[in-house]
Amino acid sequence: MPDTLIFGMEVFLNGLMAGVLYALVALGFVLIYKASGIFNYAQGVMALFAAMTLVGIMEGQVPFAHLINAILGTEVHHFGWHIPAFLAILLTMGVMVFLAWAVQRLIFRHLVNQEPIILFMATIGLAYFLEGLGDIMWGADIKKLDVGLPQGINTAIDEVTYGWFGYGFFIDNLDIVATVIAALLVVVLVMFSQYTKQGRAMRAVADDHQAALSVGVSLNFIWIMVWSVAGFVALVAGIMWGTKSGVQFSLSLIALKALPVLMLGGFTSIPGAIVGGLIIGVGEKLFEFLVGPLIGGATENWFAYVLALIFLVFRPQGLFGEKIIERV
Amino acid sequence: MKDMEEGYITEDGRKIGGVVMEMKNITLRFGGVVAIKDISFDIREGEIRAIIGPNGAGKSSMLNVISGFYVPQEGEVWFRGEKRPPMKPFQVARQGIARTFQNIALFEGMTVLDNVMTGRLTHMTTGLFTQAIWKGRAEAEEVENREKAERIIDFLEIQSIRKTPVARLPYGLKKRVELARALVAEPKLLLLDEPMAGMNVEEKEDMSRFILDVNDEFGTTIALIEHDMGVVMDLSDRVVVMDYGKKIGDGTPDEVRSNQDVIDAYLGVSHD
Repeated sequence: MPDTLIFGMEVFLNGLMAGVLYALVALGFVLIYKASGIFNYAQGVMALFAAMTLVGIMEGQVPFAHLINAILGTEVHHFGWHIPAFLAILLTMGVMVFLAWAVQRLIFRHLVNQEPIILFMATIGLAYFLEGLGDIMWGADIKKLDVGLPQGINTAIDEVTYGWFGYGFFIDNLDIVATVIAALLVVVLVMFSQYTKQGRAMRAVADDHQAALSVGVSLNFIWIMVWSVAGFVALVAGIMWGTKSGVQFSLSLIALKALPVLMLGGFTSIPGAIVGGLIIGVGEKLFEFLVGPLIGGATENWFAYVLALIFLVFRPQGLFGEKIIERV
Repeated sequence: MKDMEEGYITEDGRKIGGVVMEMKNITLRFGGVVAIKDISFDIREGEIRAIIGPNGAGKSSMLNVISGFYVPQEGEVWFRGEKRPPMKPFQVARQGIARTFQNIALFEGMTVLDNVMTGRLTHMTTGLFTQAIWKGRAEAEEVENREKAERIIDFLEIQSIRKTPVARLPYGLKKRVELARALVAEPKLLLLDEPMAGMNVEEKEDMSRFILDVNDEFGTTIALIEHDMGVVMDLSDRVVVMDYGKKIGDGTPDEVRSNQDVIDAYLGVSHD
């Protein structure tokens, strides 16, 4: 088998795995957009905030330590305990639910029936606020996140592929775990939105507030629920990206990678977010591998956006988005 | 008017029961504008009660007070023998008051069947988890809700569009889907906000027939708003007439028709 093809297959597999991580972030966007018509710019920062909180809780960091020390003149930094990862994840989820409640209570409850662009601007504000809050609470230094997920080269795949092609594929264990978790997450979310009462109520709220009220749906409850679920997805994405590349500010920028994913998959489709993520992941890796050398490389930075632009021209609702129906 | 203590018998021989909903001295203001001024009336079990009046008389405001979208500054709302505390619209819906809207509020992206099924939300009681795995009681409940929905869909003759996204439907059919969604909740009181607005003669006749059939078949108590006098007089058992936020008449269609204030309000009267 020619070398290019074998390398290409490895690149393809790695692209798929990267795509899963993009898809995880995109999922959070889709959930909130589906339920409230809000494009949540803060989703990336939520992932960062969740990861920071998780590290902070695990390490027994004192929240707002700098602030407390500056005001009281004390020198507290750590509680001096370490909390097991599982418990810390549960506690972080609690924080994310509280955040969802606060966001709904303090921001979006006052913006019911406003234009989408105003809601969007509110989420931009929320993003900057959360970023600052995260820094004040847990400090702005780069942190290491280790919740016990396996990392490093998967030796089994390495050996098998070496046996087949005489060349061992490098597949990261973490990517495999991420793929499994993302798949589970999607199954759970789809079942939730299609088959449960709350899921149906969520779709109702997304469609028409007044009509939802008239059939007995509490808007407040649904929104808090949706922001909580989005917080949960952000936490999962935060764990994956945080484990991969450390918990730091650049984590919030993955949100920008989710944008082209959404344009491909459609803003309202959960399976669309996954497929869109995979296409972008595979597409940018393969493009870099095949075309990159010809045009000087660094194509990964822009490939996704160009692909999204092409989609906008020919299929603006995305691959799986709701058909744009217009009665004339 | 007949003695109303224990209900009454209508001209076509239907028996009307006790009071389901009573509005006592309702006043609703928007800033300096008085939309409803000290209005009282009741709605009885099994009857078709109309609220009519010229444009801007406060009819829709009244309906919104009943369904909880507006909270009146003064007055009391009594529902099934109990004074109702100030409530959110979704809480009112859960109490068994379903409504339709003048400008139609449907879930445009969903199919007709899905829209009708949302009307059953208040009747679903099984837990999140059992619903997600679709087993046991959740399955039985979904089947039961589905049967009820299909029955209403048959009844309103919209079987052929069951799977059509609502956004594709013409206006008259949308109105009917909205009625189906309200009806499937098995409401104790059904509120219709201008069910015939914007319809042609044929559609109006269809809708009138459905309203009468619903009342007849399910015994549903209906309160409706309409400004087409002809339609109202044919449909309803008793009529409240409003003008400039005040009640100017209340009684059977015949009584109302011969009421001088009502004639003045509709035909206009010179004030010199």
